[in-house]
Amino acid sequence: MKKGYFGQWGGAFIPEVLHATFVQLNDEYKKLRQDPAFWQEYIDLMGNYSCRPTPLTFAENLSDYLGGARIYIKREDLNHTGAHKANNVMGQGLLVRRMGKKRVIAETGAGQHGVATATMAARFGFDCTIYMGEEDVARQRPNVFWMEKLGATVVPVTNGSRTLKDAINEAFRDWVTTMDETHYVFGTACGPHPFPEMVAWFQSIIGLEARKQIIAQHGRMPARVYACVGGGSNAMGIFQGFLDEDVELIGVEAGGKGLDTDQHASRMVGDRAAPGVAQGYKTMFLQDDDGQMRSTHSIAAGLDYVGISPILSDLGEQGRVRFEAATDTEVLEALTMSMEKEGIIPALESSHAFVQAIKEAPKMDRDEAIIINMSGRGDKDIFTIAHAFDDPSWKQFIIDRADSYRR
Amino acid sequence: MKLDDDLRRRLETKKILLMTHLVLGYPSFDTNREVIRQMAANGVDCIELQIPFSEPMADGPVIVKANQDSLARGTRVEDCFAFAARMVTEFPQVNFLFMTYYNIVFRYGETGFLERAAEIGLQGTILPDLPPEEGETYFGASKDLGLAPITFFTPTSTDERMQEVAGRGAGFVYVVARRGVTGAHTEMDAGLTGYLDRCRAATELPLAVGFGIASRDDVAMLEGRADMAVIGTATIRLIDEKGAAAVGGFIAGLLQKG
Repeated sequence: MKKGYFGQWGGAFIPEVLHATFVQLNDEYKKLRQDPAFWQEYIDLMGNYSCRPTPLTFAENLSDYLGGARIYIKREDLNHTGAHKANNVMGQGLLVRRMGKKRVIAETGAGQHGVATATMAARFGFDCTIYMGEEDVARQRPNVFWMEKLGATVVPVTNGSRTLKDAINEAFRDWVTTMDETHYVFGTACGPHPFPEMVAWFQSIIGLEARKQIIAQHGRMPARVYACVGGGSNAMGIFQGFLDEDVELIGVEAGGKGLDTDQHASRMVGDRAAPGVAQGYKTMFLQDDDGQMRSTHSIAAGLDYVGISPILSDLGEQGRVRFEAATDTEVLEALTMSMEKEGIIPALESSHAFVQAIKEAPKMDRDEAIIINMSGRGDKDIFTIAHAFDDPSWKQFIIDRADSYRR
Repeated sequence: MKLDDDLRRRLETKKILLMTHLVLGYPSFDTNREVIRQMAANGVDCIELQIPFSEPMADGPVIVKANQDSLARGTRVEDCFAFAARMVTEFPQVNFLFMTYYNIVFRYGETGFLERAAEIGLQGTILPDLPPEEGETYFGASKDLGLAPITFFTPTSTDERMQEVAGRGAGFVYVVARRGVTGAHTEMDAGLTGYLDRCRAATELPLAVGFGIASRDDVAMLEGRADMAVIGTATIRLIDEKGAAAVGGFIAGLLQKG
């Protein structure tokens, strides 16, 4: 198989000006993979700085309430910066330091990857520029605030749909100018090789931990593992702990307002995606007959993306990963249930995984276990979630606060 | 006649050739036609017809906006083929090439796209996001059909890489004058001349130099060092500001003895 391919998916469709940059990146990445001391350095950093290993929480109330499989929740919400994103970013930070580059750039949609990258840059002493769609800047002001406070420059992107894919294009435009000093910290297991493989490798820390933890707590492998899928890095992270076991892996995409509408972001289910090549890689893209990317929708900004990890396209095509979709409405119901039964507040993205687990757990035996990868925490996104619930007292608070700023 | 032979023949009577660029459907196909008419009348040798794409990663703000506006007006790939076919018939003295991003070709079907491009009389295709490593079938099919798959040299290319890349391509090599995206100015300095000497040493194919070429001085500097100057963003800017009628004078001015 060709380098950087997973089945027919992946590759490195990069402009010639980046050829030398990718030669260097591939060399350095290969060195990291061959250096056992590097992985230990990474584990130590994540343990000391980022609260790893994150717990695998037994959700006893939720399990009993649904009356079927025992439900375990992998708590990436307790990772530093509140999501799994830090795993990839800190790993790439170590890589950047080895390459001797002094500046990092990144794209961000919801802002989680931007905040994680700005955090890493502060810790390692790198200059940092974050590209973010103008629409996302408006939607995710709190994350913009933190990125700026952490010392990053946030550049609003006004091209295209002014969302994640446009931020990626703009980050590439920066990179083709500045590659000598700058590393592009790609945020998910997408993009040109080696990014899908490298990001999945750093995220595999989730699956390695979860595998040990479920054996310790449940005594054997789980029956199923659920993860939400935007670009796919949290899903790839946890799935890698169970790929070679008899464990069913379920990826849950953004069903938005329904697969029968044009307002969703489901690539592997539904009929709006087709094989394509964009943003440096080949995968299933939400696109029209001409190959123009479609607009996408999800209640969760982190799932609102046209492409999907080429590794997941391949695992889906092989039938190793089953894909499902959760609608915006179902997501809020699952989020409510998780809060009320367990006192746990998953991010809207992670709540997609909860939806499918909650649907399936009651039909499973009580001696079976399932794991939900809770990729991030929801309380940090209070503006988005309170808005999604259309909460009257929250709205009044915002109105009053705005009035007090006006005075 | 093969594109590189045609370019060499033209170079027997000209100091430097010109390739211009436009985004199809921007601001309209009618304007595109008028612009091409003026370009052809003023001796342009090659024209890149860019099929708009929603994710033009290698382009700068001016061309990005032109792509977006064209798509917003409803431009389809089919319209681009139909228009290109008309232009090839109407202006036989010009070599037309499609420029676009690989997904447009991939989605259409690589073979089908190239066969149709050859059938309507295009000379080649320029795909900035398809490196030779990923384009084996595309390069092969293009050459079988007599189309030139254009390759790129960049300031970051090693001598070895230049030779490798040029060996895969045909027609001419597109020499990217500097790092970055289309549209920003390129300084014509000693660094650039050294780089052009390296390009010249790496291939027998004609060299077309682009990215930031906008004035008579820029073109004059390339005479004797390159075979073709590529004018991209500058004409789009001109049309945005002064309308299609300004194109003829601008093109003539690029070639005038200063």
